[in-house]
Amino acid sequence: MIRVDNLTKQFGEFTAVNQLSFTVAPGEVLGFLGPNGAGKSTTMKMLTGFLQPSAGQITIEGINVLTDPQQAQAIIGYLPEGAPAYGEMTVAAFLSFIAEVRGYQGSEKQQRIDTVVAQVELQAVLHKRIETLSKGFTRRVGLAQALIHDPKVLILDEPTDGLDPNQKHQVRELIKGLAADKIVIISTHILEEVSAVCSRALIIADGRLLLDGKPHELEAQSRYHNAILIELENEQDDALATLRALEGVDSVEELEEGRCFMLFPQGGKLLMRELVRVLDEKQWPVENLHVEKGRLDDVFRQVTHAASTQAAAV
Amino acid sequence: MNSMVKSVIKRELYSYFATPVAYVFILMFLVLAGVFTFYLGHFYERGQADLAAFFNFHPWLYLFFMPAIAMGLWSPERQLGTIELLMTLPITQWQAVAGKFIAAWLFAGIALLMTFPIWITVAYLGDPDNGVILAGYVGSWLMAGSFLAIGSCMSVLTKNQIIAFIMTVVVCFIFMVSGVPMVLDAFAWAPQWLIDFVAGLSFLTRFEAISRGVIDLRDLIYFAAMIGLWLYLTQWALQRSKHQ
Repeated sequence: MIRVDNLTKQFGEFTAVNQLSFTVAPGEVLGFLGPNGAGKSTTMKMLTGFLQPSAGQITIEGINVLTDPQQAQAIIGYLPEGAPAYGEMTVAAFLSFIAEVRGYQGSEKQQRIDTVVAQVELQAVLHKRIETLSKGFTRRVGLAQALIHDPKVLILDEPTDGLDPNQKHQVRELIKGLAADKIVIISTHILEEVSAVCSRALIIADGRLLLDGKPHELEAQSRYHNAILIELENEQDDALATLRALEGVDSVEELEEGRCFMLFPQGGKLLMRELVRVLDEKQWPVENLHVEKGRLDDVFRQVTHAASTQAAAV
Repeated sequence: MNSMVKSVIKRELYSYFATPVAYVFILMFLVLAGVFTFYLGHFYERGQADLAAFFNFHPWLYLFFMPAIAMGLWSPERQLGTIELLMTLPITQWQAVAGKFIAAWLFAGIALLMTFPIWITVAYLGDPDNGVILAGYVGSWLMAGSFLAIGSCMSVLTKNQIIAFIMTVVVCFIFMVSGVPMVLDAFAWAPQWLIDFVAGLSFLTRFEAISRGVIDLRDLIYFAAMIGLWLYLTQWALQRSKHQ
């Protein structure tokens, strides 16, 4: 269990993190979402004991991070932003150093290294210097060092940044495949990642917590939630008017004149029954019909934009 | 020794020798030490079976070589962000500071040991007092440690290795010359205890005493205190950067 209470970090006059409070339970994969400079990385740096908060408390598995950082660090695996590593070392030497610091010796150490190398597929570059590796491999080396001691708590700052789609997929599968009793916190500004791997998401902007919920709950806040995309086979003159008149429709966006529309429901209710009835009545041939689950990026923009205009007004 | 400190030392030494930097450094150190000893120190012309000509130039050699080692202790870690990795491993600040310093000091020791042919030369040509020579090596290594400890502190203050280098040279220079008459004359107005204090801070006076074969406990304490103080300041600066 991670418990964060009123966490605040000020750099001079600038408040990077502002009274952030949340808890994370084992088994959760928490996504930190927010625009650049929202305070995601600063929060992670405080969770891992790299930065000292200006105010507030952090406990991880009952350990006070502010007073016993080493004890907390022993059960945390951390991938810092940009996956820094000692470039002049080979992957094998680097992982060996990390394993030693994590308290492994001899055959146990070798076994930990072998496991993690297989897990993130580093066999091919094991004896290459880290500075000669591609961005994707460097990131995987960073993941390997974070996973080497099979940590209870895994904190990953933008784990898929700079990876190609295949590598991204691989990393996400890896995160999903982690044992169910772990706590995983990832930060990202890629919203699809949240739907793909997170069981819960926090949206942060200007250091403040704006939204906290499961990805589908956040999606439900989107105006696209349960919106229906309808594409007719051919143009109908009265289509727009008919759809607008439909019960429960809030607004209709005409994407292609007389043929393609987006129907936004009132209060996020499902419109399908009404729509099917009208289509049946009018005998319009339908080419495509699609119900939107909601768009996270839409919610994200809405929430963070509101926050920044509010901040500007203050 | 603490296993964390040992791991840090091992990693640092690995990095020194993973690139040509270490080899170039040792080579240049040996070449310059040789040039100083034989040309400026008139090793042969003096006709004495000792290594005074060799040790006398060590403070000046170290003035540039030690800051060059020390600038790499922390600045690149800050520049490249690896400090975030290092300081979020279950290592205390003291373990990191000590490990890095000891690695640099061992490296300086290796460079110093590589000068052994000069001892063979003098032993071949005459009958030197090996005790004095050993004292010279010990004193030289202690002085190197003090330079490195100052450099460690300067390096933790900046991301920029060049700035770290220059600041270290300046601070080391001040500690070197604080014992020479020119500086002490500038303190002519001051009470005697202050003059003694300033003179007592000098590396040069301490090192000269040791390299003459006189190992005075006070001189050993001086070097130990210098190393301790500057490493303490290193750790203090690290702690401060955590609070920013």
